[in-house]
Amino acid sequence: MGIRFILMVNKQGQTRLAQYYEWLTLEERRALEGEIVRKCLARNDQQCSFVEHRNYKIVYRRYASLFFMVGVDDDENELAILEFIHLLVETMDKHFGNVCELDIMFHLEKAHFMLEEMVMNGCIVETSKANILSSIQLMDKAH
Amino acid sequence: MSGMRGLSVFISDIRNCQNKEAERLRVDKELGNIRTCFKNEKVLTPYKKKKYVWKMLYIHMLGYDVDFGHMEAVSLISAPKYPEKQVGYIVTSCLLNENHDFLRLAINTVRNDIIGRNETFQCLALTLVGNIGGRDFSESLAPDVQKLLISSSCRPLVRKKAALCLLRLFRKNPDAVNVDGWADRMAQLLDERDLGVLTSSTSLLVALVSNNHEAYSSCLPKCVKILERLARNQDVPQEYTYYGIPSPWLQVKAMRALQYFPTIEDPSTRKALFEVLQRILMGTDVVKNVNKNNASHAVLFEALSLVMHLDAEKEMMSQCVALLGKFISVREPNIRYLGLENMTRMLMVTDVQDIIKKHQSQIITSLKDPDISIRRRALDLLYGMCDVSNAKDIVEELLQYLSTAEFSMREELSLKAAILAEKFAPDLSWYVDVILQLIDKAGDFVSDDIWFRVVQFVTNNEDLQPYAASKAREYLDKIAIHETMLKVSAYILGEYGHLLARQPGCSASELFSILHEKLPTVSTPTIPILLSTYAKLLMHTQPPDPELQKKIWAVFKKYESCIDVEIQQRAVEYFELSKKGAAFMDVLAEMPKFPERQSSLIRKAEDVEDTADQSAIKLRAQQQPSNALVLADPQPVDGAPPPLKVPIVSGSTNPESVARSVSQAYGTLSSIDPQTPSPDLLSDLLGPLAIEAAPGAVSTEQHGPIGAEGVPEEVDGSAIVPVEEQTNSVELIGNIAERFHALCLKDSGVLYEDPHIQIGIKAEWRGQHGRLVLFMGNKNTSPLTSVQALILPPAHLKLDLSPVPDTIPPRAQVQSPLEVMNIRPSRDVAVLDFSYKFGTNMVNAKLRIPATLNKFLQPLQLTSEEFFPQWRALSGPPLKLQEVVRGVRPLALPEMANLFNSFHVTICPGLDPNPNNLVASTTFYSESTGAMLCLARIETDPADRTQLRMTVGSGDPALTFELKEFIKEQLITIPMGSRALVPAAGPGPAPAPPVAQPPSPAALADDPGALLAGLL
Repeated sequence: MGIRFILMVNKQGQTRLAQYYEWLTLEERRALEGEIVRKCLARNDQQCSFVEHRNYKIVYRRYASLFFMVGVDDDENELAILEFIHLLVETMDKHFGNVCELDIMFHLEKAHFMLEEMVMNGCIVETSKANILSSIQLMDKAH
Repeated sequence: MSGMRGLSVFISDIRNCQNKEAERLRVDKELGNIRTCFKNEKVLTPYKKKKYVWKMLYIHMLGYDVDFGHMEAVSLISAPKYPEKQVGYIVTSCLLNENHDFLRLAINTVRNDIIGRNETFQCLALTLVGNIGGRDFSESLAPDVQKLLISSSCRPLVRKKAALCLLRLFRKNPDAVNVDGWADRMAQLLDERDLGVLTSSTSLLVALVSNNHEAYSSCLPKCVKILERLARNQDVPQEYTYYGIPSPWLQVKAMRALQYFPTIEDPSTRKALFEVLQRILMGTDVVKNVNKNNASHAVLFEALSLVMHLDAEKEMMSQCVALLGKFISVREPNIRYLGLENMTRMLMVTDVQDIIKKHQSQIITSLKDPDISIRRRALDLLYGMCDVSNAKDIVEELLQYLSTAEFSMREELSLKAAILAEKFAPDLSWYVDVILQLIDKAGDFVSDDIWFRVVQFVTNNEDLQPYAASKAREYLDKIAIHETMLKVSAYILGEYGHLLARQPGCSASELFSILHEKLPTVSTPTIPILLSTYAKLLMHTQPPDPELQKKIWAVFKKYESCIDVEIQQRAVEYFELSKKGAAFMDVLAEMPKFPERQSSLIRKAEDVEDTADQSAIKLRAQQQPSNALVLADPQPVDGAPPPLKVPIVSGSTNPESVARSVSQAYGTLSSIDPQTPSPDLLSDLLGPLAIEAAPGAVSTEQHGPIGAEGVPEEVDGSAIVPVEEQTNSVELIGNIAERFHALCLKDSGVLYEDPHIQIGIKAEWRGQHGRLVLFMGNKNTSPLTSVQALILPPAHLKLDLSPVPDTIPPRAQVQSPLEVMNIRPSRDVAVLDFSYKFGTNMVNAKLRIPATLNKFLQPLQLTSEEFFPQWRALSGPPLKLQEVVRGVRPLALPEMANLFNSFHVTICPGLDPNPNNLVASTTFYSESTGAMLCLARIETDPADRTQLRMTVGSGDPALTFELKEFIKEQLITIPMGSRALVPAAGPGPAPAPPVAQPPSPAALADDPGALLAGLL
């Protein structure tokens, strides 16, 4: 199934974006997010980017105050996911110009549009930044 | 936020909240606000609706329940303008799941968007279905989505979404993709130039191939081509190159797809692939740029997996191990982690263990890494690479690590150490040492299984007994010992303490006092073990030591009135017994050897492994189609098994019945107890009235000693009690009859499910042949044993079921193909007599196999020129039979037509001039009839839908009759659903179908299967 969820969480543990590709109830999500955030935030730079949690593997990457965490199946290629996170960040950078936590917070819909172009049903759909952003640019022009 | 000021204000407010409580208040206020606005629908502009729906999503993301407004979100999907529609789609797929009723309401709009001309709408709709579409969608949309995916007029941006949408539909219903038609198309898709379409198509391929690699073998060389294009020719548009690497994600996916094919037979394809792989293995350098490094190593690690999977030439394999050996010692933690992980996978490949062993010291270093993720990988690897040659070193490392390991790892660690010690012990005394150390260092994490096992070993090996006893004695000198250590020491010293009698500090009375001084601090379950040990010590003291006897009797007296029944009982009985001299010796004699059995530890370890990381890799390695593809979602069942319907132990609070069951179960009563177990015990227990009908021989006056061997109860439970064969029913999940009826009309689904097992079925029919596969999935973390599957065939079917393994490992699925051949027309059904044992419970189910008459029909649509000559040629009985059927379930004509089509009797529209009539045709296949044309005509009465006249004709009288009866059954019964009131199945027969038709008398007489099917 590949990617099961994508989370963006800040240093304080506040969720800034959550996209699940499998259905979890609200309680399950709250519990899962709490546990993962606690685990990942406690780690330091010398440790690897992978955390095993329940039946997930969490691949995470930190950009300034923001943690990007992707929950994947155990047999997913970890480094490919790690770089996929970076591709997502670069795509956001390209759109917002030096993206920061506030951009994602106040433009939640854009972040969702981008994810929607990049991932579907837990699989990667598109990896060209130009293609990912084309529909958003179309919309911006329409405004 | 694109002009939605209210939303920005709300987000700022939330951001400025000082604490969680303030945030909650603000959210509640906003929810109230949105709720009020939604109530006054009239004043709500699409813009406002959009704004509120985003707020809902925001609140949902913060973790608050948003239990209203779903309808509004869904309704935006049908908005005419893109911005509203988009919000509707995105928020709906975040807030709802596939089972949500509102989603069904949107199904038409979604479909219209998919088949419509507007590309952007198509993308939105495909994404929604791809993310949350359920079975409903799969049935109605699969052909449209396939069309889009292969359409040459469709732009890549739509097609890439169609590919993943189809993947979803396939997962929800494998029948959505017809293998025969699709395999070639899939191969063509892989020639695609656009990398977006190619990336998503490759994901689709992985799912299809994991389900059935044979059908898609033509895609194999295409995957190799993709790799050549990317890795060798670098033939990729600039925007798909990531830090100079041609789409690493597509490379990884293509290599993943290749790992689902068991081998590559074509030499030139194999050669081409190995050239690419060699290039990746050799050409991946470490560079400064982190992203480039990661991306190239992502490709490299996937290449390593593929090489391992293909079991390449030895030279290439050792190249891989060498690479991994390098990786596990680099500083970069990610690479080190992945090196360890992939080395563990590599253990499954033969011939490389010795090379891996060379890295043992490096791996042991990783066991001390500051990063728990790396330590876990190292532990797994050490566990996997352990064998007789290195067991001592590895286990000792594990023991050492145990003292410093974090709590979350200790249980796994101690279990693994115990298993390795048992599996690879160079000598048994070392094994005893290890387990005792284990208990000493991590008693809290040592499960009872571990110490039961050491007791079994010691009991079965006389040479070991004095050693174990002296070790146990040594640990008792420690100031604070773990209670488990006390249990095992007490047990061993009770049994074998007398072997130490000559050593200082080991006389019976010394042993007693050192054990007894610990008694005040122990918990209730340990006290009975100590009492047994005291009784044994007393028994072994020959000649009797009056001093010791006095002390021990005092203890027994003290517990005589203990509130805990177990303690009280032992105290009373041991006291009475110890006055009986010779009989006492007899009852408390040394424990007999345990029968050899599979270690419960190793079983448990298999559970751990299966639930942990290995399963996915194993799955891939064994080429098993994923469970999820065939069956609905297998729910993990953890915790205790559900309540059993027959309360076997309900009487056991009554001491009398405990006495009975215990004494009978143990079956080793000595001369004191004149009672012999009732020979009919088993049948009594198996009988439905087992509890009420006490065997008459048991006198109510009986106060026989119980569990008199003085063995800790727990050990008995796990090791010596002969397993009682109890036939029990379990709570069924779903209704067997309904499942059967559903499967009569479709070819895959669940046939049977209870808390322990799910049996799925998947069938393919071709002419008179059928190939069914039974998927038996163990949902538990312990194995199901004594699995038996027996087919009781009716006379008209030849059935051949491949042997079913006796045991289904935890969380595993086994498949058993069943070949069916239809010999002649008949409506009888084959029955699967299925049973298994879970723990000590025998579960048995008799299941009808959906190899029904209609499965041997093939749809056939005739024109009037074809139909009428045939129809006229069938002159009358017995080839053409007519019957007026009453009590028909009233159906509108189109519904009835659908019903006919569903069992492959094809309606030929327009043939009959009367619009109230239906004319249908089909081909029936069996060995005796060959392919035979069947025709039918249904004349309905628009004034009274409960009756109709039916005429069925074919070239074979038996076929005509059987088909007529079959259609009749379909018309007057309700094939599925809505009859849930049938009582839940009990242990034996499944509930009767709503209207059971008696099987034809001829078949009944000589055919057990038909007989049974008739009873069902």
